[in-house]
Amino acid sequence: MNLNDTDFELFDVPPTFAQDRDAIDARWKALQREAHPDRFAAQGAAAQRIAMQWSVRINEAYQRLKDPVKRATYLCELHGAPLNAEDNTAMPGDFLMQQMEWRESLDDAHDEAAIDRLRTEVDAARARALSSLDWLIDEKGDYPAAAQQVRALMFTERFAHDIEVKSDALGQ
Amino acid sequence: MALLQISEPGQAPDPHQRRIAVGIDLGTTHSLVAAVRNGVAECLPDGEGRVLLPSAVRYLDQERRQIGFDALSARSQDAANTITSVKRLMGRGLSDIANREAIPYRLTGEGGMVKVQTAAGEKSPVEISAEILATLRFRAEDTFDDDLYGAVITVPAYFDEGQRQATKDAAELAGLNVLRLISEPTAAAIAYGLDNASEGIYAVYDLGGGTFDISILRLTQGVFEVIATGGDSALGGDDYDHALADLVLAQAGMRVESDAEKASILVAARSAKEALTDAYTTTFRAQLSSGAVAKLDITRAQFEEATRPLTDRTIAAVRKALRDARLKPDELKGIVLVGGATRMPQIRSAVAAFFGREPLTNLDPDEVVALGASIQAHQLAGHKGAGDLLLLDVIPLSLGIETMGGLVERIVPRNQTIPTAMAQDFTTYKDGQTALALHVVQGERDLVSDCRSLARFELRGIPPMVAGAARIRVTFTVDADGLLSVGAKEQGSGVEASVVVKPSYGLSDDQIATMLKDSFATAQQDVQARAVVEARVDADRMLLATRSALDADGDLLNAGERAEIDALMSALEAARSHPEAAVVEAATKALADGTEAFAAERMNRGIARALSGRTVDSI
Repeated sequence: MNLNDTDFELFDVPPTFAQDRDAIDARWKALQREAHPDRFAAQGAAAQRIAMQWSVRINEAYQRLKDPVKRATYLCELHGAPLNAEDNTAMPGDFLMQQMEWRESLDDAHDEAAIDRLRTEVDAARARALSSLDWLIDEKGDYPAAAQQVRALMFTERFAHDIEVKSDALGQ
Repeated sequence: MALLQISEPGQAPDPHQRRIAVGIDLGTTHSLVAAVRNGVAECLPDGEGRVLLPSAVRYLDQERRQIGFDALSARSQDAANTITSVKRLMGRGLSDIANREAIPYRLTGEGGMVKVQTAAGEKSPVEISAEILATLRFRAEDTFDDDLYGAVITVPAYFDEGQRQATKDAAELAGLNVLRLISEPTAAAIAYGLDNASEGIYAVYDLGGGTFDISILRLTQGVFEVIATGGDSALGGDDYDHALADLVLAQAGMRVESDAEKASILVAARSAKEALTDAYTTTFRAQLSSGAVAKLDITRAQFEEATRPLTDRTIAAVRKALRDARLKPDELKGIVLVGGATRMPQIRSAVAAFFGREPLTNLDPDEVVALGASIQAHQLAGHKGAGDLLLLDVIPLSLGIETMGGLVERIVPRNQTIPTAMAQDFTTYKDGQTALALHVVQGERDLVSDCRSLARFELRGIPPMVAGAARIRVTFTVDADGLLSVGAKEQGSGVEASVVVKPSYGLSDDQIATMLKDSFATAQQDVQARAVVEARVDADRMLLATRSALDADGDLLNAGERAEIDALMSALEAARSHPEAAVVEAATKALADGTEAFAAERMNRGIARALSGRTVDSI
């Protein structure tokens, strides 16, 4: 075990997209039980520093493993297909069309029922994208295609966030 | 959940070392100190059997001061020198203080940090809070007839960096070794969770005198995981007093002018508020300086109506925290009420209506935070048996950097589990730019001007490059106390700069040192003697830690490594009785440095053990 192990090695789970969330949660707590600075509070500054490094590393891995988009991003990076999301914004035309339609629907949504309809639609699109990632990564091992899918998912997540912002604004 | 086993003080890792660790709830209206005694957490009473210490400090002149009940009883006569609710001023600038005109003492704001003008001169909120903390420290030391090893101090979950740092500064000024700052709702959850052996997701609704917190926690097998937190660090029972006072003044068509009148109106408002907890009507009665008596009948319904916007604000924060946690009200196992202000019937009914069930109130809402903090302190002091408890807390507010155009680039999002380190790459925007100004901010808004400014620092010596070619990695590190440090490094040249965030309204180390020198904490003692005592305590602590580490994992060392550590230990044992603090400190540091690699190895073994533990389980 060292700080440079992959998240999967650290958490002792297979390096796949499909993961058992309960197992990851339980593993996170088990690891923090060993490494959290509170465990070494009575043992001086050096122990605190090292515990902090481990604890930070475990939290970092947990954040990536539990979130499907971050997990997929990480797997693509590990397999030589980094997303480069900032430099690589080219998306297929039909995808962009759908994004524009969603944006218009959100602008036109003036009650919670309309927001809910849109939320359901986006959730379904998200679920479809995740299952396609499952196939691209775990079945085909096609990481460049998976990276493209993750970039699309990031747009969807961003839009899901905007839905919640709008929902808040309506609620107040 | 496994019940917490707590050892007798005599059964601590080293039987010769009785480490007394306390939990302190530094509250807006009152403060408490608690400790685990004979395996049971309890609040420590003063000489007259009272556990609550009013958070009030009265300055009589340069030398004399009164703290607690004595200060409070003089509040109406000497309002300008009787400082109450100082927690609301912690880590704040003058312009941050809402409802300033209603405060019955004089604030000034020189140098950004708010201060109070008193008979003893200008006093900072940190100094005033330190008086309260020191009073509790002396109470604990008298109770145990011994020095304290350390303390866990609670802060509202929604306290920002500046407020946390100010609290820690105050504790240090009071001569306390701060083992950890933990958030009040989390402390309450410890006391509740352990008491009721609970599992599942709980909400802690904590309405104190001056702050409101909502925390959503998951309790599993001794792990207290904060999922989301929210609140308002300037909303509390005090505001209900003010609203009631305003209601009375409006109805009676009166105005108050003097500090003394403000103070007596507020005192009367508080007793009317308390009376309305049990009664449906009460009579508000305040003596004015003119000799006249303000008298008015108030019903509970009028009071509830006048304070409904305050109650609604708390429920809005609850809704937001649940959304952050991605939970619905009916997914919670229970709701815990904490803080004296939750005794108000309108709070109980608003919470019950929102969650669709009655909240839990079986622990004293005033004591529960201090009790939970003392359990954590006991464990942090190294008492074995309490090893089942682990807190995984979060930062309440997002942290970021100012970018071009006064916008905030978020680096650590709110509700991130601490400790954490997160990084982001930035670049230069002009050709040949050799320096970068970094402005660290905290808050949820997109504009820097809407967020709290924490620190500014510069990265200099970047080699001249075309705009956009430099790769500057900015790393935010938040430790287990929720305190931030920031580093910046240009990846190509390796130039770097860093800052431990001492927020704009905090105190510099020099200021702390000066205050310590001037303060009560050292007034009676020779500074030098104190330094030697402290150095010896540190040396003993280090020796003890090393000894128990060697007992547990000595086999990790080869003979040569072991001999080196043994030599460093002997050197420290010889140095510990030296009359000069510096000599003791140097030997302690040598041992700390010399055991660092060993500590890393032990940590590795711990992780490996956790892994193999799972393998055994899954076979």
